[in-house]
Amino acid sequence: MCLGIPGKIISIEDNPLGVPMGKVSFGGIIKEACLAFTPEAQVGDYVIVHVGFALSRLDEEEAQQTLEALAELEELAEEQGEPLTYTLQ
Amino acid sequence: MSLSPTLSSRFAMKYIDEYRDETTALRYVEAIRRTVTRPWTLMEICGGQTHTILKFGLDRMLPADVTLVHGPGCPVCVTPVELLDKAIAMASRPEAIFCSFGDMLRVPGSHQDLLMTKAGGGDVRMVYSPLDALKLAQQNSDREVVFFAVGFETTAPANAMAVWQAWQMGLRNFSILSAHVLVPPAIEAILSAPGNEVQGFLAPGHVCTVMGYWEYEPIAERYQVPIVVTGFEPLDILQGLYMTLKALEEGRPDVENQYSRSVQREGNAQAQQLIRQVFEVTDRAWRGIGVIPQSGLRLQEEYADFDAERRFDVAEMAVEESPECIAGLILQGRKKPLECPAFGIRCTPEHPLGAPMVSSEGACAAYYRYGQRTTDW
Repeated sequence: MCLGIPGKIISIEDNPLGVPMGKVSFGGIIKEACLAFTPEAQVGDYVIVHVGFALSRLDEEEAQQTLEALAELEELAEEQGEPLTYTLQ
Repeated sequence: MSLSPTLSSRFAMKYIDEYRDETTALRYVEAIRRTVTRPWTLMEICGGQTHTILKFGLDRMLPADVTLVHGPGCPVCVTPVELLDKAIAMASRPEAIFCSFGDMLRVPGSHQDLLMTKAGGGDVRMVYSPLDALKLAQQNSDREVVFFAVGFETTAPANAMAVWQAWQMGLRNFSILSAHVLVPPAIEAILSAPGNEVQGFLAPGHVCTVMGYWEYEPIAERYQVPIVVTGFEPLDILQGLYMTLKALEEGRPDVENQYSRSVQREGNAQAQQLIRQVFEVTDRAWRGIGVIPQSGLRLQEEYADFDAERRFDVAEMAVEESPECIAGLILQGRKKPLECPAFGIRCTPEHPLGAPMVSSEGACAAYYRYGQRTTDW
């Protein structure tokens, strides 16, 4: 139920109540999403969409950090002469 | 059409694919193996995370000293049977169009579920968003459209927006049946229960996307447990586990944020503002667990016209639960699905005794679906 899918904003348009709505692409499948909670999001940005609502604009730099955190761990391990190689036990 | 996680196996999806790399995952497992020196028990709160763990076999990749128990983060599972019975009674009314997320339709009430109500002539519709229910209300002015507002903090902004828009448009035939629940009081209930064995938590990334994680800081301090806000892909969960285990080994009851691409400490201010405008905090009964004080949301008095419980005069009914179902213990992480004697025999997704066997976030459904097969890398 808390499923949120990252998608790319293709276009933005206000609804009759003045609430910003966007067309969002999920790997090529386009769906409408309410952008009222992500007023900073622009066309081309990625947002997390949950039940038709964007809840956050994804931060590319932070996203990279998750992937790079492991690289740092590995460098540390290599410096200690014990590379992080996984072996089945 | 609903968007399922399996979508990404068919289309290239940025922010998903790179977090499913098996080689990187195995390296994380090795980093965890080197960090752990003694037994630890961790709980992931969110049922979506439970499914990722089972789907990718993460629990089987971890050192034997690490035990994962599964938390109450399945809103469909914790919706009290009294409320579900009320939903069924409302859905049976000829004037009603009853709208619900698909997950709720097969959850057993005292005597039937919503799908059986539909088969019996009730107008029950599965919707993807509360805004779909709002559209149905606009298109069917002679009918009463009720939306079953089930969910944690993640879903509250969406449901608040639906009510706010109905209020703005002066829509008289739209209402919600609120079964909203909140995560921090549930964590406190688990930690303060006698015999609690959970030593660290993965906090739910999308709940925290909305609410931030400052609410978890006093809990971590009071109970001396690390809490790591974590995402939903396999690498997110492995990194979240690594961070929690490292904090435990170093004796740091910190709140940390693994899911920083989506979560900020203060959360989403716009979403919180609308939640506060439309809803207020209230005591809430959790199915199988009991009443947890200040753990739910109900409509503010100003929006009481949109409260389905006020609009429909549905009397309190005597409820019946399967005496064999141990969903309450499962939802508190006190038992695992395989410890239930009914699991897979008298309780299956086709004939569920309890909600965790049918919800897409239920722990029993995850064990049933992924227990007997190779993992999904």
